[in-house]
Amino acid sequence: MEIRGLNPKNIEKISRIKKEDDWILDFRKKSYEAFLRLPMPSFGPSLKIDFDSIIYYRNSDDKLTNNWKNIGESIRDEFTNLGVLESEKYMDGMGVQYESEVIYHNMIEELKKKNVIFTSIEEGLRNYPDIAKRYFGKIVPYADNKFSALNSTVFSGGSFIYIPPHTKLDRPLQSYFRINRENMGQFERTLIIVDDDSDLHYIEGCTAPTYSTESLHAAVVEIYVGKGSKCRYTTIQNWAPNVNNLVTKRALVEEDGEMEWIDGNVGALSNMKYPACILKGDRSRGTCITISVASSNQQQDTGSRMIHLGKNTKSTILSKSIARNGGNATYRGKVDIGKNAENSEAFVKCDTLILDDLSKSDTIPTNIVENDSSFLEHEATVSRVSDENLFYLMSRGLSKEKATELIVLGFIEKFREELPMEYAVELNQLLKKNL
Amino acid sequence: MKMLEIKELKVRSKDGKDILKDFSLLIKKGEVHAIMGPNGTGKSTLSKVIMGSDDYEVIHGDILYNGTSILNLPVDERARQGIFLVNQNPVSIEGVTNSEFLKTALSSVRGENVGLYEFMKLMENAMGDLKMREDMMHRSINQDFSGGERKKNEILQMKILKPKLVILDELDSGLDVDSLKIVCENVRQYLEENPETSLLIITHYSRILEYIKPQYVHVMKDGKIVQTSDMSLALEIEKNGYDGVNSMSGNDVYE
Ligand SMILES: Nc1ncnc2c1ncn2[C@@H]1O[C@H](COP(=O)(O)OP(=O)(O)OP(=O)(O)O)[C@@H](O)[C@H]1O
Ligand SMILES: [Mg+2]
Repeated sequence: MEIRGLNPKNIEKISRIKKEDDWILDFRKKSYEAFLRLPMPSFGPSLKIDFDSIIYYRNSDDKLTNNWKNIGESIRDEFTNLGVLESEKYMDGMGVQYESEVIYHNMIEELKKKNVIFTSIEEGLRNYPDIAKRYFGKIVPYADNKFSALNSTVFSGGSFIYIPPHTKLDRPLQSYFRINRENMGQFERTLIIVDDDSDLHYIEGCTAPTYSTESLHAAVVEIYVGKGSKCRYTTIQNWAPNVNNLVTKRALVEEDGEMEWIDGNVGALSNMKYPACILKGDRSRGTCITISVASSNQQQDTGSRMIHLGKNTKSTILSKSIARNGGNATYRGKVDIGKNAENSEAFVKCDTLILDDLSKSDTIPTNIVENDSSFLEHEATVSRVSDENLFYLMSRGLSKEKATELIVLGFIEKFREELPMEYAVELNQLLKKNL
Repeated sequence: MKMLEIKELKVRSKDGKDILKDFSLLIKKGEVHAIMGPNGTGKSTLSKVIMGSDDYEVIHGDILYNGTSILNLPVDERARQGIFLVNQNPVSIEGVTNSEFLKTALSSVRGENVGLYEFMKLMENAMGDLKMREDMMHRSINQDFSGGERKKNEILQMKILKPKLVILDELDSGLDVDSLKIVCENVRQYLEENPETSLLIITHYSRILEYIKPQYVHVMKDGKIVQTSDMSLALEIEKNGYDGVNSMSGNDVYE
């Protein structure tokens, strides 16, 4: 089953396949109108996307299961080779999406007993409409931008997570997204609610093989962080070099809550991603630590947005970009400390490492402070791998490649130390492959 | 047996300045040589050229290591063949830990992966010998290290990597009296344990030479060696400065 092209008929078809309630189909239709109306982004990489040639929906024969045995051998092998099955033992729960549908979901018994919900977005919307109606599409409105509108129109797959009050997870929940088909668009949609006084670490991984034509990944992630709660969202995306990755990620943070985005961008053709925190509650905090590696022909247009609304709020943005082999790494970020957000603090640090003369980087920060009691600090550095440092490492026997690799890994050490062990190892492998 | 033979070396900096002018030197296996000379005569340049820095161009002459020219070898290959330079001003590198770096370096030099356990044991012993605090192992290379700590770190690397030709470019600068003693003891012991190793000490002071006795002391001026003698020359220079040194070429005095 495959749906190509964007039109009202296809939208209804997707909704019908998913046996959705009317309110969701209405949401899709309104979103489609907004999509038609909204312009392409006026900033960032120039995107050439033929919306009619994209496959918006495609399922495999596999139905959602909590047992790998029930998944077709070829797909299971694919995920085994990606190390996804192996990583499950480090997690409290895991979901896996293949093309448009979530095919696997499992969670330890203990969490089920605590009424933690971790399922696909479809199941979530169907089985928990009260929660869904309260939060879905509220943190990222469908008309936020052209690609949030597109996602809202055709979304399929993604995670639905609800952590009840006073619940702390010992280990992360993980989802893994895989595009396999050429010309495929993946439009998963994730909704995470961490209710008051709770704690969640969520990890997202994604890959796609390389094809000659471009693919599109336009996801939306909405996170609600309740009072005194903490959510950390870790992503390592390694899309193939012809995937346009256009993702809207936003968290709303209540009083004393804390949101952390840990966001690694290694692959993709064009990547536009600016994880955001709306610091609504007093004393809420937001952190975004990102790395982007822009290699040949890649455009990494990444950064973060911190919107301070509550008093005594704090945000930190730490961005590390690497441009090599003609890649282009741009930091684009926004910090807005509103009039009522008294006594707030924001700290932005963007560092760029350029590996050769072909590559480019740019820093485009927007900093707004609308009251006198708050404070914003912005630092930016651009550096090159210095000959002196290379000479030093090589004079101890390291090859030039190895020496460069160590310098690059050193540059992003602050990011690596935020990752769970097995992910830090994976990232190292990934960067080595890409250097 | 010849270890390092430098023949009529002429070296130019990238911006066209002639720094080494007809420089010759022969170091045999197991020998300790010292080079002294006024600031800016080209001592550090010499050491970097031996190591293979591409900041400089060799426009004449040759450098033979164990009988073969190394001029066309890249820096890392020279290191793997056993040449080791203790830098006058070691750089710092953010985010790369000492242990990560040194383990990678040791694996490169040995040509095979070094086990973590063996490496940790080597490090512990070597750091103990040098009286270095253990946490320095996990810190970024030389980042926020004091001048003296950086020098100790260089000797730590030497002890681990076990080179055959060691060039000490002002090892003594930045070390306090006690540290100098510890570091020199370590170098001396290294020579005792590895009697084939040759040493080239670049210094301004005779103190380091009291600890590690050189067979030959050379005076370098304006890009070449102008006099060669023994330890007495170092003492004389310390007393009377370089003005008294006659500028006849002493290249083959000791052959
Ligand atoms: N890369 C370079 N480019 C241009 N000039 C250089 C370069 N390296 C060294 N020089 C110059 O060459 C001369 C020799 O420098 P070098 O560092 O070798 O002196 P040195 O003998 O080690 O002095 P010191 O005793 O002060 O350490 C100096 O005049 C220095 O400014
Ligand atoms: Mg010098």
